[in-house]
Amino acid sequence: MVKFSRFTLDNGLRILVHEDHATPMAVVNLLYDVGSRDEHPDKTGFAHLFEHLMFGGSVNIPSYDGPSQAVGAQNNAFTSNDITNYYITLPAANLETAFWLESDRMLGLAFSEKSLDVQRNVVCEEFKQRYLNQPYGDVWLRLRPLAYQVHPYRWATIGKELSHIEQAKMDDVRAFFTKHYAPENAILVVAGDVEVDAVKELAEKWFAPIASRGKYVRKLPAEPEQREAHREVIYADVPLNSLYIAFHGPARLENAYYAMDLISDLLSRGTSSRLYRTLVKEKELFSEINAYHTGSIDGNLFVVAGKPLSNITLEAAEEAIWDELRQLKYEQVTDYELNKVKNRIESTMVFAEMAILEKAMNLAYFELLGDADGLNREVDRYFAVSAEDIQRQANQLFRKENSSTLIYIADKHAY
Amino acid sequence: MLTRTQPPPYHPISGLDLIKPQEITFSNGLKVFIFDSGEQDLVRIEWIVDHLFGREDQALLNSSICELLPEGTLTLSSAQIAELVDFHGAFLIPGVGYDQSSLTLFSLNKHLEELLPVVKDMLTNAVFSEKELATYIRNNKQKLQVSLQKNSFVARRLFNKSVFGTARYGYVPEVSDYDELTRNNLLVLFSQQYRPSNCTLVVSGKITGNVINSLDRLFGNDWVDQNGALPIEQIPNVLPTAGKLAVDVRKDAMQSAIRMGCLSVQRPHPDFPGLQVLNTVLGGYFGSRLMTNIREDKGYTYSISSGMASLKHSAFFTLGSEVGVDVTAATLGEIEREINRLRDEPVSNEELAVVRSYIMGSLLGSLENVFSHADKFKNVYFSGLGLEYYDRYTSVINTITPDEICHLANTYLDFDKMVKVVVGKI
Repeated sequence: MVKFSRFTLDNGLRILVHEDHATPMAVVNLLYDVGSRDEHPDKTGFAHLFEHLMFGGSVNIPSYDGPSQAVGAQNNAFTSNDITNYYITLPAANLETAFWLESDRMLGLAFSEKSLDVQRNVVCEEFKQRYLNQPYGDVWLRLRPLAYQVHPYRWATIGKELSHIEQAKMDDVRAFFTKHYAPENAILVVAGDVEVDAVKELAEKWFAPIASRGKYVRKLPAEPEQREAHREVIYADVPLNSLYIAFHGPARLENAYYAMDLISDLLSRGTSSRLYRTLVKEKELFSEINAYHTGSIDGNLFVVAGKPLSNITLEAAEEAIWDELRQLKYEQVTDYELNKVKNRIESTMVFAEMAILEKAMNLAYFELLGDADGLNREVDRYFAVSAEDIQRQANQLFRKENSSTLIYIADKHAY
Repeated sequence: MLTRTQPPPYHPISGLDLIKPQEITFSNGLKVFIFDSGEQDLVRIEWIVDHLFGREDQALLNSSICELLPEGTLTLSSAQIAELVDFHGAFLIPGVGYDQSSLTLFSLNKHLEELLPVVKDMLTNAVFSEKELATYIRNNKQKLQVSLQKNSFVARRLFNKSVFGTARYGYVPEVSDYDELTRNNLLVLFSQQYRPSNCTLVVSGKITGNVINSLDRLFGNDWVDQNGALPIEQIPNVLPTAGKLAVDVRKDAMQSAIRMGCLSVQRPHPDFPGLQVLNTVLGGYFGSRLMTNIREDKGYTYSISSGMASLKHSAFFTLGSEVGVDVTAATLGEIEREINRLRDEPVSNEELAVVRSYIMGSLLGSLENVFSHADKFKNVYFSGLGLEYYDRYTSVINTITPDEICHLANTYLDFDKMVKVVVGKI
């Protein structure tokens, strides 16, 4: 149970406070309701590049990191397809420094050409390091456009290609800031060794003077239902063949989301899970295999990914995966197995309460979804899923016409 | 009127409140350290065994034993163990370091009674069946083949080999080494290493008397130490290496992985805390000189960092990055310049003040929950030190002078004498 207080400033900034006096630290987590799904198709990777620029100085503070480090703080941020999330952890006695720094970034950026130049390079190196310069690194660059036709989830957060980042202009940066970094598009969570009243005072002092700039209203193209299987085969300089099958799944706020999440656990969470037990250990077809979903707010992708052993053909490997998926469609999961994955959900939620940063991020994310208290009802949502729900969702997901299959064929793979 | 150009007042961190463990020795000699704190009804229990090196090149045996522990015992199959752990929502994680292996159980208190006997069975009755071993070998060979195409992975291996040579810390497995693993070798080393007199138990979370009693019954009373006295420890022969540059050319690389460093001193050495400060200035945090110059000024890389590792019989300083192939040589030049600058010019008081605050803040932040208190303890305990080390450490952080840092740089950081590895293009 994560208790919290909630209030909204006149400029629309939502603020949540969670007191945890077991730690001497405080965390300030600021979620902006903008991700790569809000980008223009010809200027992708921009939300993430912008996240880097947020550390390049603000209107009144030439450097974000210097003063942050000087009070013993650690900070970072991440961008996803849905959100951009900034966080700073520091000794609670220095909480006000976080308010000073974060409010100035919301007020306005320094917009320096030097910072833009450097961060374009840094992000290009990040692009190469994570997506281009390692085996299978480009899988999401290929799988997303294979599965999504119109929704902006068809590109990865890093961007479609290096050139989009290389061509980013200062005008784009300014426009992006005005459109997305307004107080009414943000959720601020303060957690740790803090008092609600003191946080209210600090919020009024530092954030209330920031003028509202209008709420961004998202109008994204809906992904039409997929009606035929997609397939892409790549011959690549990778050591082993590799196989990815992606299915369109429910959005985060649909009831069916919980069944889909439990299906990924049944298939691949822990060493007793179905894919590992059957395909790695019993039938000895794969060296590794996993199932997961993108955890996105709009329609998700559910992915099964595996590397077949060198003596197994791709056809046999693919068929073996489908056999496992068909089992979920045709046979109801037992109470025992369903309880097993639910127990794991329960313990994971308890372990997540050990860290204030994790609690703060979760509160912000659930508030974005509609209500931070949803975090505390989450376990019940999972426990309400029945064996029929699982079967129904498996039938919805695992259809050939709903699938996009990506295959890497290794130059050197020995048959 | 709100002043936004000036920071709010700074409150320095006064001290650390470390949890001291309750220390128990069970009747069979097993050492137990207990950290009881926290609201949540959960525990983390770590069984940590020391590696006993009969041969310097046995690291693959050590890791294989630990990772195969959950793959079957005399009474439970691999599948049964997996079901028991997963059904109770627990996590059972093998971990392998240079000098120790560990088995870590994360569990809600309410399921411990079902899970502790499973762990006991694994630690005493693991069988390493031929079938499970064959699966393990097959899958790990495939995984290693994938890793060997990652430049940073290859660079770390080359670095370790170059610094430590044939000593244990320089061993890196080749794909073919997996074929040398035999069930018999695993069983022999398993029976030597996994025994109470060679094991340490670190327990953290909400630890009731019931938990301690269960542990005592299963891992004290019922765990018999066989095999007589522990063998006398072989000390590895680690010789200083001459500085050199090793390049592994990858013709299609977009980035080069750089890794460099040298031998250093261990945690108990009086210079170690000061070296931590020096390391932080150079490459130990986001505002470090390497990050400021090579990422934030030049944009050559996404990340560059340095660190120190204190091992049981040695220690090393290391620095690594992945940079565009066209700026690989330039990056090496800038690293050399930054190291020499630390040797030639004392750091400013302003920079030192930031580094002090940063280290103290991250130290405080690293004590967020009871698990992290246990981790702090393990760091010093396995270096043969007590928690009072942190008093010495924080005192050095707060009192070290720019001249002392300069002196440490001249003593321990010499670019020419470092091993430098580049995997990619230069």
